[in-house]
Amino acid sequence: MSQKILLKNDHIPGINTLEVYRKHGGYESLKKALGMAPDAIVEEVKKSGLRGRGGAGFPTGMKWSFLAKPEGVPRYLVCNADESEPGTFKDRYLMEHIPHLLIEGMIVSSFALGANTSYIYIRGEYFYILRILEAAIDEAYAAGLLGKNILGSGFDHDCYVQIGAGAYICGEETALLESLEGKRGNPRLKPPFPAVKGLWDCPTVVNNVETIAAVVPIVEMGGDAYAGIGIGKSTGTKLISASGHINKPGVYEIELGVPVEEFIYSDEYCGGIRNGKDLKAVVAGGSSVPILPKHLILKTAAGEPRLMSYESLADGGFATGTMLGSGGFIVMDEDTSIVKNLFTFARFYHHESCGQCSPCREGTGWMERILQKILDGKGTLADIDLLWDVQSKIEGKTICPLGEAAAWPVAAAIRHFRHEFEEYVTRPEGIREVRHYYRVNGLETA
Amino acid sequence: MAKVTIDDFQIEVPEGTTILNAARMIGGDLVPPAMCYYSSLKGSGGYCRTCLVKVEQGSAKDPRPMPKLVPSCRTAVMDGMVVRNETSPEVIEARAGVTEFLLINHPLDCPVCDQAGECKLQDLGYEHGKLDTRSEFRRRTFEPEDIGDNIKLHMNRCILCYRCVKVCEQITDGRVHGVIGRGDHAEISTYIEKAIDNDFSGNVIDVCPVGALTDRTFRFKSRVWYTKPVEAHRNCEKCCGKVRLWYQGEEILRVTARKDEFDEVAKLENGEAGWICNECRFEKKHTNDWVIDGVTHVDRQSVISANHYESKEGERFEGKQLEGASLPHGDKVDLGVGALNPNNV
Repeated sequence: MSQKILLKNDHIPGINTLEVYRKHGGYESLKKALGMAPDAIVEEVKKSGLRGRGGAGFPTGMKWSFLAKPEGVPRYLVCNADESEPGTFKDRYLMEHIPHLLIEGMIVSSFALGANTSYIYIRGEYFYILRILEAAIDEAYAAGLLGKNILGSGFDHDCYVQIGAGAYICGEETALLESLEGKRGNPRLKPPFPAVKGLWDCPTVVNNVETIAAVVPIVEMGGDAYAGIGIGKSTGTKLISASGHINKPGVYEIELGVPVEEFIYSDEYCGGIRNGKDLKAVVAGGSSVPILPKHLILKTAAGEPRLMSYESLADGGFATGTMLGSGGFIVMDEDTSIVKNLFTFARFYHHESCGQCSPCREGTGWMERILQKILDGKGTLADIDLLWDVQSKIEGKTICPLGEAAAWPVAAAIRHFRHEFEEYVTRPEGIREVRHYYRVNGLETA
Repeated sequence: MAKVTIDDFQIEVPEGTTILNAARMIGGDLVPPAMCYYSSLKGSGGYCRTCLVKVEQGSAKDPRPMPKLVPSCRTAVMDGMVVRNETSPEVIEARAGVTEFLLINHPLDCPVCDQAGECKLQDLGYEHGKLDTRSEFRRRTFEPEDIGDNIKLHMNRCILCYRCVKVCEQITDGRVHGVIGRGDHAEISTYIEKAIDNDFSGNVIDVCPVGALTDRTFRFKSRVWYTKPVEAHRNCEKCCGKVRLWYQGEEILRVTARKDEFDEVAKLENGEAGWICNECRFEKKHTNDWVIDGVTHVDRQSVISANHYESKEGERFEGKQLEGASLPHGDKVDLGVGALNPNNV
């Protein structure tokens, strides 16, 4: 099932420079695209079945076709490179090693959308990538791939890189636009959606780095060929950021549909659990998606093997399933404390809540404090129910998805690992080592 | 025109009206509470989440229900929309949740707060709060701050509704304060302790739903229910000059703008909000400065009306009550969530 599309050339020395990139077929898609009608490119992307790689998995072609096209109003393409989901680092790898793939994707996508200006909004922590991208953009301008009349086609395009200040919330598309406009990064109320009123109230498409990069091979090979890769409605390849207690952490490009078991244990990918330990749980798509215990991540509730695809991971809803999300694959071995892990997530969401709407502003801090209390060994059984109640009062009540992102991990941890929470509150002296609990209770790990 | 049904009451409203404003047109108890929305401030609303309602039917064309609760202050009605507010247990539960969230960091210093008696959070807590708190953690605290000579900021009480930010953005010459910081440590503040020095800055006191921004000239002088409101006007070069004077005996303790039944600054004949200037608000505290227009009408349910005024005859009511409507209009709805309900202890 191994198929590399985005990262097929990442091992070539000097691929970050324009010269080497073009020698290996770079900017051929752009040449091809400029010879096509813009709507034909949108049609190819629709045919390809490409889905947003930033987390939500919304069909990209459909998103593009929603873009309003009023006369005399500029349109914008914005690349969301504010990759701040804990456990996700695929865009960093892509931009660091093959920056021209993103630049080429930006130009091709902008041509398809009729946007003469595009922005790459990059998170503040990726300052060194700012330099890499700016160098790549300078090379592209010098070679006539950006600027006026690109490759003699009459299409003008300018691409800018804007750096954020390191806020998780600015990865939410409307907060990103606010920040890009120079304001405080607070999410906007939707509707209106960015496709109608986005950057400076103009129609705007916001896409993830990986999504924009994937447009390049789609134009090159055609939408139908791309749709042939992958499984069902999960077409193409996906970059997975594998981290945690595995032998080979890193960024892997997989064809969607690889079994989760193969992904964790195969030497081609994660290479099994570190130190020969047993698997306990996996967070499959970045910190905000529900955690799943071993028996549910390897097999669905119906006993089918779980595959790395949008549909298979979501099988069973949140009761027994999760989401592919942004592909931040965090593996936890048998020694991991789910409660401690959850506390880390809760602290993160508390720190990153923008404070605009009440449930998220007050609720995230409350959840963190309850978890701190449980970790301190001062919790009660009622605290677990309270935690459940607080998360349910946040979920679905907020302006932007950060509320859900903060609530889902809490809900899933209690749903699947309630016994561990109970152990923390009923026998605080025995919580130093999680394995101890399993041993004294004669239970199998996870 | 769009026909919308809210809690079994039907009304026709112009296209583009929000659900909240449609409910306000009907009036009575089916109006969702609004802590951050302010009709005369552009772009306000959507933050506090107390006005969440359930849309059971999106429109006549697309009758699907909306998947999540929606903020009624920022959601426009569609023809044929069916909305549930007080009659939806889901809405009531969500509202109780928001009330609890707003209160976990609120100091509950009502006994020494000048806003007590006309505080929206008190009303909300009374209607949707619980008698006891489930949070046992330290509240976030700030020191009170003077923003200029006449305005006091108690950040502890603030619920971050952004109304004062919008006031300064839209009716003064320039905003010098805003929200600093993030999450539950976000605070309203001026940049480097600067005073808000502007002719219309006093209006932030009127829009503040809680006691976070209070009038320093009225500070600790009385409680609002001991004072008597009277409508008055004067010829002012800067503003409309139409105000409400708050008397205790012969003395004017406080001057505010006139408020409508939803506690917002009342609209003038030309449809604009009757904001008042700082001179009228802070400096004209003698009866000689004013021409008295008459006694203010105070809602009979307000604490301010206690012992002062006669009860109101008949409730305002627009729209058509559908057959089988579960709530008689004008009566208090008891869905087991009132603060005095023993189930909530």
